[in-house]
Amino acid sequence: MAMSEALPTAVQTPSKHAAIKAPARWQDFVQLLKPRVMSLVVFTGLTGLVCAGRWVHPFLAGIAILCIAVGAGASGALNMWYDADIDAKMRRTRGRPVPAGRVQSADALALGVVLSLFSVMLMGMALNWLAAGLLAFTIVFYAVVYTMWLKRWTAQNIVIGGLAGALPPVIGWAAASGSVPLNAWLLCAIIFMWTPPHFWALSLYTSEDYKKAGVPMMPLVAGPASTRKQILIYSLLFTPLCLTPVLTGLGGLAYLAVSALGGVVFLLLAFRLFRSKAGETGAQRNDDGLYDVRAGAKDARNLFAFSILYLTLLFATLLVEHLMTIKPLELL
Amino acid sequence: MSDPARESEVEAKARRGRNIALALGLALFVILVFVVTMVRLGASVTKQPF
Repeated sequence: MAMSEALPTAVQTPSKHAAIKAPARWQDFVQLLKPRVMSLVVFTGLTGLVCAGRWVHPFLAGIAILCIAVGAGASGALNMWYDADIDAKMRRTRGRPVPAGRVQSADALALGVVLSLFSVMLMGMALNWLAAGLLAFTIVFYAVVYTMWLKRWTAQNIVIGGLAGALPPVIGWAAASGSVPLNAWLLCAIIFMWTPPHFWALSLYTSEDYKKAGVPMMPLVAGPASTRKQILIYSLLFTPLCLTPVLTGLGGLAYLAVSALGGVVFLLLAFRLFRSKAGETGAQRNDDGLYDVRAGAKDARNLFAFSILYLTLLFATLLVEHLMTIKPLELL
Repeated sequence: MSDPARESEVEAKARRGRNIALALGLALFVILVFVVTMVRLGASVTKQPF
C-alpha cells in the first residue's frame, strides 16, 4: 500500500523488529483483519440473521454477513494500528504485522478506515440503515471507546468493551428484519456476560504479558483472588441467562439441554477456578509455548477453553433449530 | 514509495501480490454493488402493479 509514504514518519510505530524490513505481502494485510475473531463474529452474526425468522434474499443475506465480517476486520486493523506499541511488548502479539515491521502503521490505519466505510455503506445500501448504523456503532465502539480509551485506562476494559463483540447477532437480526426485538438483545446479553469470565480466565495465566505492556487487566489491578471471585460471580449470572431464550421462545428443547448441561459444567469449572491458586506467583505460564501452562493455572486454562466451546455450542444449537424451521423452497 | 528500479526480486514479488489483491478487491466490490442493485431493483419491479 502506498498511502503510508505520504504520511509523516512520526506516525510509524517504532519497533526493534522493524529493523528487519521484509516487504509487506497481501497476507500481512489479511492478518491485520484478525481472521480468527472475524470467524466468530460471522458465526454469531449469522445466528442473529437466521433467528430473526424473516425471508431475506440469499445474496443479500450473504452481503450482510460479508459486511459484518469486513466491519470486524476493519476494527481489528484499527486496533492493530493504535495498539502497535503495546503489541510489540507482548509475546502473544509481537509477531503481528505492525510491531514486526512488515506493515507500516499508517497503512493499517488506512485499511481500517477504508474497510469501515465500505462495510457500513454497503450494509446500508443492500440491507437497511438500522443494521448499517449498528455496524458503524460497533466499529467505533471497539476502535475508539475500547482500544483508545478503556483498554489502557480501567480494569473494566473488557467488561464494557465486550459490548462490541456482543453486537454482531443484533446486527444480523437487524439486517434480516429491520428491527431489534428483545430476543436479539438476549443474544447480545449472553455474549456480553460471557466475555468477563472468558477473558479474565485467560488473563490469569497471561498477566505477565499484560504487565509488561502496562495494560490494567483485572488480575494486575485487583489481584488473582479477586479476579477468581469475580469470574465466579459473572458465571453465576451468565449461566442462568443462557437459559432465558427458552422462556422467550427463541430456543427449543435441544437448546435447553445444551444450555443446561453446559451451564452446569461451566459453573463447575468456574468454582474449581475460584478454589484454585491460578494467577498467583509461580502459576504463570512458562515460556515453552504460548498455551503451555503450569499446574496452578490449569483451572484457568480449562475454563477459558470450555467457555469458547460452550458459546459455540449455544449459538450452533440456536442456528440449527432455526434452520430446521426453514422450508427449502423459501430460500429460492 | 520504493523505487521500482532499485527494488529486489522479493520486493517486486510482494508488490505485485499486493497490487493483484487490491485489483481483485476492487473488482469484487464493483460486482457486489452491481448484483445488489439488480437484486433490489428486481424486487421493486416485481412489486409494481401492472
